[in-house]
Amino acid sequence: MKAAGLTMSYLELLKLASPETIVVITALAVLSIGLATGRVKSTATVSTAKSAQSANDTSTATGICSAVAALGLAFAIGTVLMLPRYATPFGGMIVITPLTSLFKIICIALAFFTVLLTTSEKSLRHPGEYLALVLFATVGLMLLVGSEELLIIFIGLELLGLSLYVMTAFDKTDVRSAEAGVKYFLFGSTSSAFTLFGISLIYGMSGTTSLAAISEKLATVSIQPLLAVGIVMTLIGFAFKIAAAPFHLWAPDAYQGAPVPSSAFIASASKVASFVVLGKIVLVGFAPFHGSAAWHAMVAGWSPVLAALAALSILLGNLVALAQSNVRRLLAYSAVAHAGYTLIGLVSGDRTGFSAALFYATIYAITLVGAFGVVAMVRRETGGDDFSNFAGLASRSPLLAACMSVFMLSLAGIPPLAGFFGKFYLFSVALRAGASHGLLWLVAVALLGSFISLYYYLMVLKAIFVDEPVLASQRHVGVLPPALLTRATVAVLATTVLLLGIIPEILAAPILAAVP
Amino acid sequence: MIAWTIYITFTGAVLLLLLPRAFARWIALLTTIAGLALGLIALVRTPIADLAHFRTIVQVPWVPALGMNYHLAIDGISLTMVLVTGISAVSTVLFSWEVEHRQNEFFFWLLLVVAGCYGVFLSADLFLFFAFYELVIVPKYFLIAVFGSTNKEYGAMKLTLYSFFGGMLVFIGILTGYVTAGSLDLNQLSQVQFSPQLQSWAFPVLFLGFAVLAGIWPLHTWAPTGHVAAPTAGSMLLAGIVMKLGSYAGLRVAMNLFPQGFQMWSKWIVVLAVVGIVYAAAVALRQRDLKFVIGYSSVSHMGFVLLGLGAATALSVSGAVLQMFSHGVIAALLFAVAGRMIYRRTHTRDLDALAGLNLGRALPFAAFTFVIASAASMGIPGFSGFAAEITILIGASKTYPLAVWITGAGMVLVAAFTLRALKQSFFGETKPDVHLQQARVALDPDWNEQQPITTAEKCGACLLMFTTFAVGVYPKLLLDRIMPAVEAMRFLK
Repeated sequence: MKAAGLTMSYLELLKLASPETIVVITALAVLSIGLATGRVKSTATVSTAKSAQSANDTSTATGICSAVAALGLAFAIGTVLMLPRYATPFGGMIVITPLTSLFKIICIALAFFTVLLTTSEKSLRHPGEYLALVLFATVGLMLLVGSEELLIIFIGLELLGLSLYVMTAFDKTDVRSAEAGVKYFLFGSTSSAFTLFGISLIYGMSGTTSLAAISEKLATVSIQPLLAVGIVMTLIGFAFKIAAAPFHLWAPDAYQGAPVPSSAFIASASKVASFVVLGKIVLVGFAPFHGSAAWHAMVAGWSPVLAALAALSILLGNLVALAQSNVRRLLAYSAVAHAGYTLIGLVSGDRTGFSAALFYATIYAITLVGAFGVVAMVRRETGGDDFSNFAGLASRSPLLAACMSVFMLSLAGIPPLAGFFGKFYLFSVALRAGASHGLLWLVAVALLGSFISLYYYLMVLKAIFVDEPVLASQRHVGVLPPALLTRATVAVLATTVLLLGIIPEILAAPILAAVP
Repeated sequence: MIAWTIYITFTGAVLLLLLPRAFARWIALLTTIAGLALGLIALVRTPIADLAHFRTIVQVPWVPALGMNYHLAIDGISLTMVLVTGISAVSTVLFSWEVEHRQNEFFFWLLLVVAGCYGVFLSADLFLFFAFYELVIVPKYFLIAVFGSTNKEYGAMKLTLYSFFGGMLVFIGILTGYVTAGSLDLNQLSQVQFSPQLQSWAFPVLFLGFAVLAGIWPLHTWAPTGHVAAPTAGSMLLAGIVMKLGSYAGLRVAMNLFPQGFQMWSKWIVVLAVVGIVYAAAVALRQRDLKFVIGYSSVSHMGFVLLGLGAATALSVSGAVLQMFSHGVIAALLFAVAGRMIYRRTHTRDLDALAGLNLGRALPFAAFTFVIASAASMGIPGFSGFAAEITILIGASKTYPLAVWITGAGMVLVAAFTLRALKQSFFGETKPDVHLQQARVALDPDWNEQQPITTAEKCGACLLMFTTFAVGVYPKLLLDRIMPAVEAMRFLK
């Protein structure tokens, strides 16, 4: 394995890492474009008379930068498609399998939609830098997804995390954004420390950082305290990342305070990639210590840990979400619950369970990018994202209202939307996994949770369809350009969610085929 | 061909979103008439022998990896339910003819409910069935919360959460069946022998989930508040079709999948049904709001359906299916009179207030309709209610004679509250005409300008009255098709 890596030419390596390379180059290009256009802007802000001019400049700069970033990402998707089906360049540090290619495409696509959302965001003073951060975070995602090596995974996590912290704190005009950034940074760096500590213990036990090799080594040893600590520490680190309770405390502030595209990115692409990696680590690396989460036959291992996290996340996320009056905060707590649902797939612990979890995480990500797109539009028009800002959206903008109802009802699991099929898939896999319906308790908890969740999703829709807008002054429509691109993005995403609900085969089959 | 009921209704719903408002009510009317016509054609053209088994009409692979098929089938029970859906839908649209507020949206939600119901009644794949079943929940919410009246947001949310809670129980039951048997095909599943231990817990979970929608006591409380909060069309659909989803699904899925579980629990179903019949009738006797009276009467009538199912003889189950049909028509008629003909013109449903209005004179057609509806509801021979209830009681008398006696006493209560509502609403004590006019204007300032009953309302009422009368006189028309299908099921004792 090592020898093969050493003999490999750098040109070959560059070819296999071409998607990552392209995204990095695009990021640098966007950064320099932002630098060139940003200079004009910074002199203009000095005098208030020129502020209109400056706003204009910013929107031009946003336009150019996001066009370049979007093109680069589209090109990167193209190069992912050109990659060979299987390859293990660089001694297995990076792997290329159908699974990694598929999820690289999904992550890049989600980043692409995030970039489209930034076009309507007016709070971003330095679009070039912001978009460059989005692209760097995307590289982090691709590294995360495309590796079966704890060290590279950790590097990917850090690259992703550091970009996200800055993206969260990017809105300098809003104190909440700064608060969110600090909170996210503190929690995130703590979680990184946990992960690193866990990884180091596992390395100490097994003497290797490659997941497959770890699995082989661990199969020969019995479970012992040191190893258990290592496994639990690693899991805790990832539980922070996917915002599973009780490690979710950063999520509400980050979702609410960050600029909307950052929230969308954290909720979507970052989450999908984390689930891919978490799944690989537990199913490949920790395979010998699966344990059992079945009600009458609990066996120590990672699956009861994940089952407990899942049950707690579902109950806590859904119950706290009931009390929210801000849509972004509500989405954050619902994200905690959805992390719980997705974990159920991993708890089932086989190939179909993993693919059900990945299917669910993907449709969840698509839904949330769309929902945050609607939030962005509502913020733009009314200056906030509380329920009261959504009141009367149905009469203001029927398209956005219809899209938001698609997203909310998909999250609640109402047919014919993707969330319904996702839940059916996930729960049926979980019920099949344990002998004699051992995981029925977890499925019952999840169903109870999704029963609770319908209430708050309907409260959002009630604000949109039933309530009358309180303030007439909230209607800024016509003052601003209509942000057609964001509307189109939201509509495309809503259509995707509907389509994946009616023909789930188009996504479920590739995922099932790609999961080894 | 009957599968087109689903497609046409969905197409109508999508068209409503795309086309301007001027077409809205016509699209809705044509769509629902087309659905009813397809049902009638199937009734006339399909040989009775073909309706004895759940015969596949469409089967296309959907998600092969999980064994999901787009699979529709029909037998006598399904056909009966499709017919009552068509009839209620047409009359509902006719009674909503005057809806002006957000018209396209109103008919969109309405058609979604109808389409979902057609889907449930025709599905032969468990996943497809469940998808249609859950699809109906959210449109109901919007119909009530946006277009309803009294306490609408509370009523809508309560109804939706009850339905969804039932849906969650159903989800568990369906998943258990699917995972254990490895199939979603209803015809295959009805051959599988599940272990008695599994059936003993899976059946009550599944059946209770469905029974929430059918208004089983004590989980019926969503029904009166929901019916009262809903717009007339909503009440008609809810009572007419949506409650039937629950009882139909209980029969088609729960009882057919887990026959031994059903036999273990059937006596409890009978107990709850009898309590429901008597309790709801007694409560209805004390209500002052006309819609509450009708809401509780729905719970009472659905109790008969559950009694028929629980008694588990071929006759009683057939009677239960006939009662689903009959109550769909009668409840729609009652709500149409209360919500549309009376409330829209007097703006009150308070029985004491109505008693002073002498509506019998002012709205003779409405009075006539209500008399017919009440007679049918009370179980006067010659109307469908009698045919259905007598079939249920005869069938049940073999297995649960005591239940039949108690129910017989309960029917007296039903007659009592119906007559009370009828007398107070239309034939209150007469007062001099001057006071009358003042009282009417006091209740509704526009009384003087009130138009008489419109043509659309007359058409809708006549359709429903004709149906209940025709089935009452000649129940064989449906029973001949229902009986063989019921006898083909495996839970009969």
